[in-house]
Amino acid sequence: MSADFLQFLFSGITVGATYALVGLGFSIIYNASHVINFAQGEFVMLGGMATVFFYGAGLPMPLAMAMAVAMTIFIGMALEKFAVEPAKGASIVTLIIITIGASIFLRGLAEVLWGRNFHSLPPISGSDPINIGGALVLPQSLWVVGGTIVIVITLAWFFNRTMTGKAMVASASNPLAARLVGINLKFILLLSFALSAMLGSIAGILIAPISLAYPGVGIMLGLKGFCAAILGGMGNPMGAVLAGLIVGISEALTAGYISSAYKDAVAFIIILAVLFLRPNGLFSTGGTERV
Amino acid sequence: MSPLNMPGRNGLLALIATIMVLPLMLPNAFYFDIVILIGLNSIVCIGLNLLIGYAGQISLGHAGFFGIGAYFSAILTSTYGWPATAAMVVGAVVVGLLSFIIARPIMKLQGHYLAMGTLGLGVIITIVLTQESDLTGGPDGMPVPGFSIFGWEPYGETVWYWIIAAVLVATVWLSLNLIASPVGRALRAVHGSEIAAETLGVNVVKYKVLVFVLSAIIASLAGSLFAHYTGFITPDTSGFIHSIQLVTMVVLGGMASTFGAVAGAAILTILPQLLTVFHDYEHLVFGAVLIGTMIFMRRGLVPTLADLFNGRQK
Amino acid sequence: MKPGLFRHLTIAAAAITMAVGVSNSDAKAADPIKIGSFLAVTGGASFLGDPEKKTLEMYVNKINADGGVIGRKLELILYDDQGNPANTVPFVKRLINDDKVDILLAGSTTGSTMAAIPFVEKAGIPFISFGGAGVITSPVKKWVFKTPHTDTLAVQKIFTDMKARGISKVGLLSGSGGFDKSCRKQVQTLAPGSGMTVVADETHGKGDTDMTPQITKIKGTAGVQAFMYCGFGAATSIVAKNYKQLGASMPHYQTHGSASKSFIKNAEGGAEGVRLPAAALVVVDALPASHPQKKVAGAYKAMYESKTGDSISSFGGHAYDGLMIAVEAIKRAGSTDKAKVLAEIEKTSNFIGADGIYNLSASDHLGLDEASFVMVEVRNGDWKMLK
Repeated sequence: MSADFLQFLFSGITVGATYALVGLGFSIIYNASHVINFAQGEFVMLGGMATVFFYGAGLPMPLAMAMAVAMTIFIGMALEKFAVEPAKGASIVTLIIITIGASIFLRGLAEVLWGRNFHSLPPISGSDPINIGGALVLPQSLWVVGGTIVIVITLAWFFNRTMTGKAMVASASNPLAARLVGINLKFILLLSFALSAMLGSIAGILIAPISLAYPGVGIMLGLKGFCAAILGGMGNPMGAVLAGLIVGISEALTAGYISSAYKDAVAFIIILAVLFLRPNGLFSTGGTERV
Repeated sequence: MSPLNMPGRNGLLALIATIMVLPLMLPNAFYFDIVILIGLNSIVCIGLNLLIGYAGQISLGHAGFFGIGAYFSAILTSTYGWPATAAMVVGAVVVGLLSFIIARPIMKLQGHYLAMGTLGLGVIITIVLTQESDLTGGPDGMPVPGFSIFGWEPYGETVWYWIIAAVLVATVWLSLNLIASPVGRALRAVHGSEIAAETLGVNVVKYKVLVFVLSAIIASLAGSLFAHYTGFITPDTSGFIHSIQLVTMVVLGGMASTFGAVAGAAILTILPQLLTVFHDYEHLVFGAVLIGTMIFMRRGLVPTLADLFNGRQK
Repeated sequence: MKPGLFRHLTIAAAAITMAVGVSNSDAKAADPIKIGSFLAVTGGASFLGDPEKKTLEMYVNKINADGGVIGRKLELILYDDQGNPANTVPFVKRLINDDKVDILLAGSTTGSTMAAIPFVEKAGIPFISFGGAGVITSPVKKWVFKTPHTDTLAVQKIFTDMKARGISKVGLLSGSGGFDKSCRKQVQTLAPGSGMTVVADETHGKGDTDMTPQITKIKGTAGVQAFMYCGFGAATSIVAKNYKQLGASMPHYQTHGSASKSFIKNAEGGAEGVRLPAAALVVVDALPASHPQKKVAGAYKAMYESKTGDSISSFGGHAYDGLMIAVEAIKRAGSTDKAKVLAEIEKTSNFIGADGIYNLSASDHLGLDEASFVMVEVRNGDWKMLK
């Protein structure tokens, strides 16, 4: 493999890992509520921005990060409590508009709180690139990829091995039956927003030293993450992770070998191609409409 | 169906009356401009409402069709010296063909997959318009020559007001009639439950494709008019944000209500002008207003208000 | 929520009605001079609109505190168009027809400015734009001026510097924004005449977080001697970081779009050695005391930084120059008569601003030349002026 190819691949994996985390957030909320949360990208933005400002206010870095995650989780729960829960039973389009309203609101909030400039966050372990087979990779990229792996494994454990996680899976596949066995659906819903906000903010913190933090940073990441979630088959968390990586790597390879002008279109072209061939996503087994 | 006893006749008459009286109350060109933009947005939203409200299909990429119409008018008239009407028709035909080709695979998608598919389509259109800068002027946009029809060039807000008003009334009339026709009934059946409709012998895909193409063509025509009216367009006219604005107008006004689409367009066109008083807090307030309206009037403004005034409707 | 919404609507409607009432009365000597503005205060171009807005507000207040202009106060009416030309058009009409402003100091982006021009020309109001691209004032439009340096000047300056270093083959990376594309076009247009060859021509998308694939490709292009980036905002720092990450060692050029301290800070060492053409304002501390702009630019920097707490960028300087040129012209005209003010703006000569020294005329509505740029290099995290 040539060094150039490796370079493109690492770039793609790093970016793809962020798409994966955002896509994962979409999937978790979708599973619990059948809501597409268009404010998912704003969780990423909040994680990065809040860390920058807590750190700037003099808090030590680990505490600043923890505070930022806590704050984003709180905002995620507030979003569920005050915007999504009251709209229970509304149509898909209505819910889409509510979450888009929320994303505009959160961007507005960040602008008022922290201004509109872009800011950087120091990388966790320096900025001297590491040579891997001729490709030069930033340590922060390894943090992003490593962080994503840890999160994915933890989540897999959570959904398969813990009572609460199993309850979340159960209520996603059959809400009525879940309620009958005593699962508190309201709590599951709240938890799903908290979890997604946490994922988003961690992604935001990990990526901030690479992408910088500014109020609009979440817009494109949110859209690409949505691509990943759909491509992976909505509500299929591991599918979203895989699809996020596929999108990221395809983009990097397109930019490197074909045309960098149409790089941003790649994700959407893949999506359309896949949807036309497999209308329920790449990793889905298909479903039926209830009459 | 006779035009005199068509459904929504009272609403149409009220709309015409409003259009006749409004110019007397508009103090200057700025207010005319806002009303013209409301008219243009209404035209797109009425088409989109047929798709969202009646056929139950989301489109998060309709601004793409609007943008194609706008750019066909701009490029053909300025670069190639075509007459404006011909450019407008060609734009509409191209959008009609494009939407027809993609309608079948797109309309097979459900719910969120459909949202993603249409969103992706719109984003790709925007990227093409942005990247092909030799043709489109790139992200900075391009100027558009004035509109002309049979050698007559409408100029100034008052003249445009009447043009847009006429197109709006025609679109409302078309929409009301379509809804009352067998096609409209079939659409409502599709919205209720697709599988049920299919079992009853409704050719679901055919009707969905029909409405998709129709709404795309309406958007393209409105895009052409918009381009000539404002005299300058950028790829943003085809962008995701604009698509979202259009859907929001439809939903805010009230899905499955032609006049709801008009009301939604009016509110969301005026709102940013009113919110300028909030300065830095503009986005915060706008987001909150969106969330609030959707929660408390989730069926949209016009249906909710209609229910309040007469408990008759469902 | 519902009653709240409608209360706001009513208040806003009342406010608009009052504004109409006021603007309908004839201008009297004591009436304020109305300065209209639309800027990208929020959105992707807010790094332009934000300092421009702060600068206008700050100096309008200062001028009013000092007694105003020709015995009248200044009133700033400012709308946020988010840099989206579709939003600009209604605001332009509002400013012209409803607010009835005397002069327009506006337009953070080229797109917004171009969208506004037809209406401004029709209404006949002096308009000083803060948009970057050369098309704004070339060809000359009767009522339209601009203060920022054009991309043409920047590219010329960069090519001059490259030639002095014996560079003739350049690898280009540009973003997808309006400035980026316009700059790329200038590079392609000017290269042949300057003896330059563009051997690689890559672009990246809006909001991209990693440009290493493009830079890798440019680095690997045969014969490439220097790297040049056309872009704005956060991407400038990301490109510099990626460039350093890839261990690229050939000379690295960016444009005046990167001329802000946040570029250096956010690039975290990646900006070291980057050369770019900048307004004197950006390197004011490094200027010799004899430099004609030292005093003006220094005073602006001191005031901006103490009032806002932000560090200086050349973007706010565009607004400062625009406001001062307008104020001087109104003073000389002795009124806000639009034709007189236009004539006086065109008579602006040897006006020392933050961006450069302006010499305007009926045939030159920009009034700056290549000499208004200084070539700077980032050394030890700060700008170093090159001779």
